[in-house]
Amino acid sequence: MAAIKVHGYHASTATVMVLCCLNEKEVEYELVLVDLPTGAHKKPEYLALNPFGVVPTIQDGDLTLYESRAIIRYLAKKFQGQGTDLLGSTLSEEALVYQWCEVEGQSFNPPALSIVSQILVVPMRGGSTDEAAVEMNVEKLEKVLDIYEERLSKSKYLAGDFFSLADLQHLPCTHYLVNACGKGDLISSRKHVNAWWEDISSRPTWKKVAENMKFG
Amino acid sequence: MAKIKVYGHPISTATRLVLCCLHEKKVEYDFVLVELSAGAHKQPQYLALNPFGVLPTIQDGDLTLFESRAIAKYLAKKYEGQGTELLGNSLSEQALVEQWSQVEGQSFNSPASTILFQILFVPMSGGSTDEAAVEMNVEKLKKVLDIYEERLSKSKYLAGDFFSLADLQHLPYLDYLVTDCGKGDLISSRKHVKAWWEDISSRPAWKKATGKTP
Repeated sequence: MAAIKVHGYHASTATVMVLCCLNEKEVEYELVLVDLPTGAHKKPEYLALNPFGVVPTIQDGDLTLYESRAIIRYLAKKFQGQGTDLLGSTLSEEALVYQWCEVEGQSFNPPALSIVSQILVVPMRGGSTDEAAVEMNVEKLEKVLDIYEERLSKSKYLAGDFFSLADLQHLPCTHYLVNACGKGDLISSRKHVNAWWEDISSRPTWKKVAENMKFG
Repeated sequence: MAKIKVYGHPISTATRLVLCCLHEKKVEYDFVLVELSAGAHKQPQYLALNPFGVLPTIQDGDLTLFESRAIAKYLAKKYEGQGTELLGNSLSEQALVEQWSQVEGQSFNSPASTILFQILFVPMSGGSTDEAAVEMNVEKLKKVLDIYEERLSKSKYLAGDFFSLADLQHLPYLDYLVTDCGKGDLISSRKHVKAWWEDISSRPAWKKATGKTP
């Protein structure tokens, strides 16, 4: 059976989310480089796979699939029973996984990604960081993390006492915030968020992916 | 068995999404009004249910659940086998439902909600519409809808030839954009998007969710 192909970029947060999930599920894959710095994601060849021109996209047999959060759900379901269980064990647990996945996608990611974009990406393209935008998004993120702090004071992981897709979704952006944007204090100033972050970011499946997260 | 309780407000797009899903799945529920104009969603009583202070939240027995897309997913799974199937029939179909659901949440929702906020809600609170923000988000939305047009020229619904959660998720904002924001041309100027919109917005469950039928 052909390995799953992941069209993506090793430093892209969405790509590494998928790679980490593949590692968790112990699934072999082939990473096909889409060279973002040279605009490969906007060329017709890639747009034929993903008309939105963003990474990653996977090919699994006849199925072409994009949107990292959809890809990881597909993988978690297809490979249920192997590797780490990422969906919880009951209907209610699964519901809470999806709830916290939505929180990541709707409330955590927009401010977090804006901060990463302003501090890391904009200067790489020759622009200057919009400090006001960073400050505004840091404030938004602080409010979200306060709610996480409360939640994680009662629950080891976001959806319950088990690692799940909901926690996994937070790895890529938080990695950049802490290690490349000087925003580690957002995490370290919150006791339970800090413990949770140290736990999830020390997973070997994540570390393998994180060590390649460099641009160029 | 106690009915599902939905804490929400009839004008809230996210509440409408959940109500529509309940009607599609033919599930009875009790509606508990959270009075937005009185700031009830930011009061301790509601924050105890949903610390993010947004609508809706449901209670189903011991389970308290928020985030409308997660609630819709939970209902679609729990009530698989009754009402409309909303998830697709095979693993691959389910994956495409997830893909287009994420497209809605990540690419469609932000420009659509910003347009709605500026045109409808800002004036309601006494401010004036930021026309530049509207224009910028209309341009973003046009690019997304061009991709939908291409997709819907090959597929009756977003995930395939079956109505799913992915289509359902688009109902609340599109309805407001077309009906209350004067942005119907975004839809009517795209042949396949228009046909798709007319189809999904005429579903009885949607009409019930918006109180257009009893």
